[in-house]
Amino acid sequence: MVVNATEQEAHITVKNLTMAYGDFVIQRDLNFTVNHGDVFIIMGGSGCGKSTLMRHLIGLKSPTKGQVLYGDQDFWAAELDEQQRMMRNFGVLYQSGALWSSLTLAENVGLPLGEYTDLSPSDIREVVSLKLALVGLAGFEEFYPSEISGGMQKRAGLARAMALDPDILFFDEPSAGLDPISARLLDDLILELRDSLGATVVAVTHELASIFTIGNNSVFLDPETRTMIAVGNPRTLRDESKDARVRRFLTRGESDLPTA
Amino acid sequence: MASRAQLSFDRPENHTLVVRISGSWRVADGVPGPSEIQAQLEPGPPIGRVQFDTQNLQAWDTGLLIFLRKLQDQFANRQIEVDASGLPDGARRLLNLAAAVPEKKDTGKGVTRTSFLPMIGEEVIRAVVSTAEMVRFVGEATIAMGAFLRGKASYRRSDLMLIIEECGAQALPIVSLISFLVGLILAFVGAVQLLQFGAQIYVANLVGIAMTRELAGIMTGIIMAGRTGAAFAAQLGTMTVNEEIDALKTLGVSPMEFLVLPRMLALILMMPLLCLYADLVGIIGGLIVGVGMTDITFAQYVNQTIEGVGLNHIVLGVVKSVFFGVLVALSGCLRGMQSGRSASAVGVAATSAVVTAIVFIIVTDAVCAVVTNIIGV
Repeated sequence: MVVNATEQEAHITVKNLTMAYGDFVIQRDLNFTVNHGDVFIIMGGSGCGKSTLMRHLIGLKSPTKGQVLYGDQDFWAAELDEQQRMMRNFGVLYQSGALWSSLTLAENVGLPLGEYTDLSPSDIREVVSLKLALVGLAGFEEFYPSEISGGMQKRAGLARAMALDPDILFFDEPSAGLDPISARLLDDLILELRDSLGATVVAVTHELASIFTIGNNSVFLDPETRTMIAVGNPRTLRDESKDARVRRFLTRGESDLPTA
Repeated sequence: MASRAQLSFDRPENHTLVVRISGSWRVADGVPGPSEIQAQLEPGPPIGRVQFDTQNLQAWDTGLLIFLRKLQDQFANRQIEVDASGLPDGARRLLNLAAAVPEKKDTGKGVTRTSFLPMIGEEVIRAVVSTAEMVRFVGEATIAMGAFLRGKASYRRSDLMLIIEECGAQALPIVSLISFLVGLILAFVGAVQLLQFGAQIYVANLVGIAMTRELAGIMTGIIMAGRTGAAFAAQLGTMTVNEEIDALKTLGVSPMEFLVLPRMLALILMMPLLCLYADLVGIIGGLIVGVGMTDITFAQYVNQTIEGVGLNHIVLGVVKSVFFGVLVALSGCLRGMQSGRSASAVGVAATSAVVTAIVFIIVTDAVCAVVTNIIGV
């Protein structure tokens, strides 16, 4: 979180990425760039490999072919400890929060701090209470994940993702399972954090409302042709894309309907 | 390279304090505590207003925010007005965001200390409740068993077959190893003692009766508690965590019939077979030592075993093993269904299932030993 993070500079570059489970190719020849400060949406229908793409970006699954560059460093070509250093700059919010169920919220958020910083326990407590306050969970330090609601678990997951002040925040289906108002609040929170922390955000989602509210750049994965068929600002894609599949997705199929 | 976090103060007017924040304010490098501010507040005329100067601030992260939050608290206590306009834009917004939702105070999560007597009381109540739960569970299992006998239980036959395979055939290697070695050890101990007065032939009786009457059943029971009982508890515990048990209940399917019954049936069917098998393997273990260490021949040993080990011993052992099977299945399923909804709770459930099963197996066996002695079986 450097104050003057350079805008419009490539943060993540994906080159000729092919993803496969064994012989089964999920997506091939992906090429796109995420700039500093972008809210980048990975979208596409169910089963097109959105989450798999995210697992490649955050270092959980290695690509069959191609490169993932952070700045100008190839993640998958780097040494293991270098990879881990890079991964420390990622904050990941998993689909259902993935909070450690036997730890309290304070311990959940504090665990990465204890592992990777030299902070004293009292400093960690300070940071934890700040992060929980940022997501609106001040006072819930001693709760276990099973004692709070799904939306709160998601926000607590976000507090944990932010614990180490990451440069890049990854969200897997941030608004899935939330009511529209909570989903909207979470979207606002994501934008606010992007603006004030100066972080880059990559989100996997197919919630149209979220896509248009937060996204300023995106890639569209197609399950049929198994490759990307569009890239750019989702609003522009909706209004101007020449590809009927993209327009159809972004208008909930309404572009098929005859226009009056 | 950014310099360290630095803090200096200025008082352009009597009632205004300017806090100059410069350098790099990052958590990792360490940031000044609020005590320095405290020192500034004490002397001189009272301060009514605080401003910030961050022109030389090079980089910041959570470290700066934590420092500012502590300051805010202190100033709020002293009713000093804070003018945040000098702070970086992002930091100001994050501070607002953190303050947007007030801290929840009435969460009831404070540390409460209980004194000794109430603690005993609570433990007793817990023991009573858990006994009641156990009795209830046994009752429900009995009802499910009744439903099965009347042919009305809803469970999947393929589940039953799978569980039978898991706790029957797949348990054979470990049961073989353990009972073979137990037979071997018994024969060793017996042979050394009996050789002293030339009664080595009775090694066959010792091993045969001990295995068939007691040890085969107990050892298979304990093996199954560790192997299968723990697995049952972990399975059902995970199902509780995933709300799978709730899903069954809402469908009107009784988890007792659907989950507990096939496990109980599988163990009731398999335990006696495993016990008989353990009898045989244990006797073979004894035979190897008996024939190898003493002058008894193979035929003598076998004959002595056939003569010495009455059917009553074998039947008693097998009947007990059926009960041990029920105990293992019930404690595994009970602890699994009682499991809390977290990963560690599932671990606790598995541990507790094994402990419960072993305790009940040994106690049951002791009671049986006394009763059979009295009635002379």
